[in-house]
Amino acid sequence: MLRTQQPRFQGLDPGHRACQGCGQALAARLTLEAAGPDILLANATGCLEVFTTAWPESAWRVPYLHSVFANAAAVAAGMEAALKAQGKDVKVIALAGDGGTFDIGFQALSGMLERGHDVLFVCYDNEAYMNTGVQRSGSTPHAASTTTSPAGVARMGKRHLKKDILAIIAAHHIPYAATASVAYPADLRKKVRRALQVAGPSFLQVHSPCPLGWGHGSELSIEIARLAVQTGLFPLIELERGALVGAMPIRQIHPVTDYLKPQSRFRHLFAGDPRAREELAHLQALADHNIEAYGLRGEMPDGLDSEGADTVRRGGLRSA
Amino acid sequence: MRQALEGSQAIARAVALCRPQVVAAYPITPQTHIVENIAKLVADAQFQCEFVSVESEFSAASVVLGAACAGSRAYTASASQGIMLMSEVLYNIAGLRVPLVLTCANRAVSAPINIWNDQQDSMAVRDAGWLQLYCADNQEAVDTTIQAFRIAERCELPVMVCVDGFTLTHTLEPLELPSQEAVDAFLPPYAFSRALDPRAPLSLGTLVGPDYFTESRYLHHQAVLAAENEIIAAARDWSSISGRTSAPLIRIDGSDEATVGILTLGSVFGTLLDARDHYGGAPVKILHLRAFRPFPVEALRAATKGLSDLIVLERAISPGADGIVAAEVRSALMDADAPPRVHNFAAGLGGRDVPLTIYPRLLEAIGKPQPRMIPIDLDRDQWPAAADAQ
Amino acid sequence: MIEIRIHGRGGQGNVVAAYVLATAAIEQGRYAQAFPAFGAERRGAPIAAFVRLAEEPIRRRCQIAHPAFVIIQDEALAALPDTLDGLRSEGAVVVNSGRDAGALSAAMGHTVYALPATRLSAEALGRPMPNTALLAAFITLTALVPLTGLKNALAQRFKGDVLARNLALIDQVAAATPAGVWKERVNATGA
Repeated sequence: MLRTQQPRFQGLDPGHRACQGCGQALAARLTLEAAGPDILLANATGCLEVFTTAWPESAWRVPYLHSVFANAAAVAAGMEAALKAQGKDVKVIALAGDGGTFDIGFQALSGMLERGHDVLFVCYDNEAYMNTGVQRSGSTPHAASTTTSPAGVARMGKRHLKKDILAIIAAHHIPYAATASVAYPADLRKKVRRALQVAGPSFLQVHSPCPLGWGHGSELSIEIARLAVQTGLFPLIELERGALVGAMPIRQIHPVTDYLKPQSRFRHLFAGDPRAREELAHLQALADHNIEAYGLRGEMPDGLDSEGADTVRRGGLRSA
Repeated sequence: MRQALEGSQAIARAVALCRPQVVAAYPITPQTHIVENIAKLVADAQFQCEFVSVESEFSAASVVLGAACAGSRAYTASASQGIMLMSEVLYNIAGLRVPLVLTCANRAVSAPINIWNDQQDSMAVRDAGWLQLYCADNQEAVDTTIQAFRIAERCELPVMVCVDGFTLTHTLEPLELPSQEAVDAFLPPYAFSRALDPRAPLSLGTLVGPDYFTESRYLHHQAVLAAENEIIAAARDWSSISGRTSAPLIRIDGSDEATVGILTLGSVFGTLLDARDHYGGAPVKILHLRAFRPFPVEALRAATKGLSDLIVLERAISPGADGIVAAEVRSALMDADAPPRVHNFAAGLGGRDVPLTIYPRLLEAIGKPQPRMIPIDLDRDQWPAAADAQ
Repeated sequence: MIEIRIHGRGGQGNVVAAYVLATAAIEQGRYAQAFPAFGAERRGAPIAAFVRLAEEPIRRRCQIAHPAFVIIQDEALAALPDTLDGLRSEGAVVVNSGRDAGALSAAMGHTVYALPATRLSAEALGRPMPNTALLAAFITLTALVPLTGLKNALAQRFKGDVLARNLALIDQVAAATPAGVWKERVNATGA
């Protein structure tokens, strides 16, 4: 009864143990809303697995398998091979954090893409190892302070660039790859649906704030995520066979400091350290490069997803 | 009808007869001929399956795990470094209680890098929670492969079929392969009680905290122990179909008058049998430990009853703690009535040939009991001078 | 049980020769075992393969230390200490060589049958693959298995023109080889 009253299929139930303001929980819920019930999930080890499956409870309303950290793509490939052998029309989605995508899970992911499995791989990118206490990953942005790239007298946070995972994915020339953000839920859902419509592998990188790891208020997750897009630091783009086919224009481009300042992981960039100016300039240059490279400067009013944040504020359940 | 088949070729055909829907593998010597033969059967349309050539053994194990959970019978094979790379997933598969069959083409583990046969690889994952069945010859490898699928599926546990690399996998000999009808009669279609299905969603691989973890592990232990009954049943039922008898837990050759026994696992068994005939002398009972997991305590006690001395011939060692099998044998026999003295030797590490002459050397060596395991085939000529200086 | 060791180089079909010989015996309903001296698969490297033939199941799996017969696919390998090592005094050697068997026999200290298998195979098959010719000679000398067994075993591995050329080569070599002259050696070594 309850289920029939819900405006959308809800694959991830509330009541799980995610932190307040968890971007990943929202992203997973939105993904499943768009995907519908006829799916199998393979989840890498990480926050999502931990906060949704504490025995003897589970927040999942869809078939779900968590194996280990590095193998979500390979497990999903095996599921897909099995479904193919059985002649079943069920989609397979792999879920992983940035650690399970950029780093430890990368080899299995690359293999799965190369072999052309009909799997959607969704990376919930919160830019560090949050489950183990905010250690830097290949996805951590330059200059961010984490517990293994702390800012200090001799260091200004992470010394290396955020890995351009989408470019690496694009090099596999898979049918569809895109970035999305929890601040733009309609766009995210649209991309999930598009990814599941293509035959063959698809990839979605979803920018998912972590209030704990990024050091911002739980109520600010959506605003922070939106600023990442509006500064150009996290461009929302779509690729087909590795070629750019779409980019969400930015109506009003913000300076990167608007995004960085509310997050304590970047606090050292605003503490009067003379080195900070160089780091900030560097981060601004990265954003500027994205804006030019992907043609993000939008003249048109941004009608794409302005309701996103409001939807979430109202509790996320909106008549569709 | 016996056919001339290479071990790997026969194993591949046995696998195909079991109709797995998904096979995933990564090449590693000496497992390669098995998966090459499977790939050829698929290419020639003699075997229908999704053959997934993965980018690592880690993914091979992961793909078959995903496939089995999605409701398909699945198979993989590996060896040595590949087993090591798989090991995280091997534990996971077992803990999830997923039925799978893996052939381990037994090989040494690096370093030093060595591609030849011993059993360090499968021994290294003996605690992963898999069933482990060792094969003394290629006919046993064929029959065990077929039995393994039924055992795995009835117990909801993975089975590792251990076949000595090269010594068996690359040896051509006369073998009997069963008909498809015979295998179908023995092995019903795959059905996994916890298969993932959108119509009845389950969550597998959930986080289990201290409140439940002990119970989960103990139940797993109990399930592995209880698998002994299915191993026995599978051997019995397959024997009635195939007409070939095979010892389910321990293969015993020799008279009950023997006071000395030699226990080994795998292909050295046959060499010891020939050696006993060749050298004659007092009766010696020769044992092949087919089931290493579960460890058949009662069967071992029965098989060694009346022996004064039992030589355990290892194909792997635990540095700093002697042989692996001997430690378990000693533990199993400790409470037996009048247990035999257990002597512990290794042989054939890293592919060193195990000749007939090993037999008199073993019998001679038990006259001078050694406090610790030594390789019976240790060659002083190959001993680095620096080692003596230590 | 008769034990045979085949020495050759990687790429010369050494293991195939061992498998084919064992297959020929198994096809006759007898027991046989064939396996390589396992090594890294490099072309040109000296390698050995082993064959056992028997009337009852073969249980031992050790390498062959004291062969009754040695087949050498590359004459140069005869100079290596491992090649003739352990060959029984009543045993014999088949070697791929264009040289005189008497001189080779004197050099090796064993009875030798020599045939220019590389040249014969190059002429018959268009490739320098000496194994078929050597096996044909060995089987003709020893009568260990019928030549048809060898032909059937080859037919399991090759087809078409390649098979036809190999079969013709077998007949050619067999016609030029004294039949059964090593039967006594088989009896003497078949312990």
